[in-house]
Amino acid sequence: MNFFLLSLLKLGLVAFVFLTALAYLQWIERKVIAHVQVRVGPNRVGPHGLLQPLVDTVKLLTKEDLVPSHVNKFYYLGAPIIAVSMALIGIAVIPFGPKIEVFGIETYMQLTDLNIGVLVILAASGIGVYGVALAGWSSNNKYALLGGLRASAQMISYELPLALAVAAPLLIYNTLSLRQAVEAQQGYWLGFIPNWGIFYKGASAFPIGIFLFIAFVLFLICAFAETNRIPFDLPEAENELVAGFHVEYSSMKFAAFFMAEYANMVNICALGTHLFLGGWLPPFPAPYSDFVPPAIFALGGVMCLYHGLNYIRARDKYTLPVFGVIFLGIAALHLAPPLKPILIPLFWFLSKTGFLLFAYIWVRATLPRFRYDQLMHFAWGWMFPVSVGNLFVIGALVAAFL
Amino acid sequence: MDVILFAIFAFLSVACAVIMIAQKHPVSSALSLIGVMGSLAILYLLLGATFIAAAQLIVYAGAIMVLFLIVIMLLNAGEEPKPSHQSLIARLLGAPLIVVFLGALGFIIYISIPTEETKVTFAAAKAGSAEDVGMALFTRYLLPFEITSVLVLIAILGAVVLARKEME
Repeated sequence: MNFFLLSLLKLGLVAFVFLTALAYLQWIERKVIAHVQVRVGPNRVGPHGLLQPLVDTVKLLTKEDLVPSHVNKFYYLGAPIIAVSMALIGIAVIPFGPKIEVFGIETYMQLTDLNIGVLVILAASGIGVYGVALAGWSSNNKYALLGGLRASAQMISYELPLALAVAAPLLIYNTLSLRQAVEAQQGYWLGFIPNWGIFYKGASAFPIGIFLFIAFVLFLICAFAETNRIPFDLPEAENELVAGFHVEYSSMKFAAFFMAEYANMVNICALGTHLFLGGWLPPFPAPYSDFVPPAIFALGGVMCLYHGLNYIRARDKYTLPVFGVIFLGIAALHLAPPLKPILIPLFWFLSKTGFLLFAYIWVRATLPRFRYDQLMHFAWGWMFPVSVGNLFVIGALVAAFL
Repeated sequence: MDVILFAIFAFLSVACAVIMIAQKHPVSSALSLIGVMGSLAILYLLLGATFIAAAQLIVYAGAIMVLFLIVIMLLNAGEEPKPSHQSLIARLLGAPLIVVFLGALGFIIYISIPTEETKVTFAAAKAGSAEDVGMALFTRYLLPFEITSVLVLIAILGAVVLARKEME
């Protein structure tokens, strides 16, 4: 099939799913935080508030698009564009699964496989800093400026240990392409322990995965800081800076920053999944693990049907059976032979990435914010030496055992 | 396709470089410099030097220029005032110097017009991937590489010493 046509098709599909997922990520975040704090969360629009992202989007689109009179217009309008475009670029190099065959066409479940895939994500997040910094500066507002400066200083400081933590698995897999990195993690040792980054053993006599686990923890901490999320959300600390760098932004321009934050989260979680958690590879050998995704969905469907029959609130009589049937349908799709090789890797990839995203939300619901000096001391006094030391150890181990 | 992209980004890099010098405002100048670096990265990419392109973006655009920008924003530097009077020497020497400069430039362009042997083709670079750069750095150019790292270390120590003095 024509390369351009195929790419265009994949591009449309990925863009649609990704942007919808970003909107729903916000719903999930609000719901999870609400339940952690023993609240209900959004529940007015649609069943369980499921249509909330839609109405939020409509609200943001129809709000007055205000450009304050005292701003530097060119940079003020350019900043959200830089932020959101750089955040959305990352998904282009992230693979979602192995090579598949649809209607006789063989293709990779990925937009493009670059041999510098990891670096593209790092570069895009590096350029994305300009969006935040310029937004802070061009707003001509002291709170926005402080927020922008904080954001850029923080992101540069944490980019260093992030890059060092990412370098550790790359040293072992000996590639910069994300697909090859996942392929290097195939196999099991002792018959059941997966050869994922954090459990990596490969051909060596020594399980290097122990040190990769340290790298993974470093990576996660840096990922939080890199995306300006709690506990590192100093750039938008509400009680100090009103809203930080986006205080002067309204309507879609505000939504652009919002979307950039969530897109960055998804990208960095997918990067962590591919480098440390084995990407789309299942946690135990395929003959046994292939039944797990349909079983989980079927269980969910049966539970929904059961609670729909023994309903407590009147509307559950209708909503829960619908969800039950949807879940059972997804379970059946996982068993259908033509869809199986597509959906099962996708399930493992999405569940691992989803777990990391859940960890983001979980941390946001539980941890307080750092003070700015603590943040910087933590980056340069702890994260940097530990990641350099860890990289040295892994380098020595690679030289000795691989 | 390659030729069109090359033309676009070559033009963009030159245009950004000119804007960088012509701009009055330091933030605009810094951003134009970033535009130059971004265009250069894409030119490297067109030649097939993928790793160098990524490194260009990460190191220059993503790290160094952000620091420049932070400093400019922190100092809140405004537009530069136009110099009130230009010195006589500059005005007298300006015209001959620009002739010399243009002559040198023309000569360089003339001697680097590609012949059949030195013709550059797109996506044909043999030394731009991560493996090649690593090989070159750690075998053939090991000594310059180590010396450069010592130089960087000296620069860091110098920065620490200067910052110390400031605090006392």
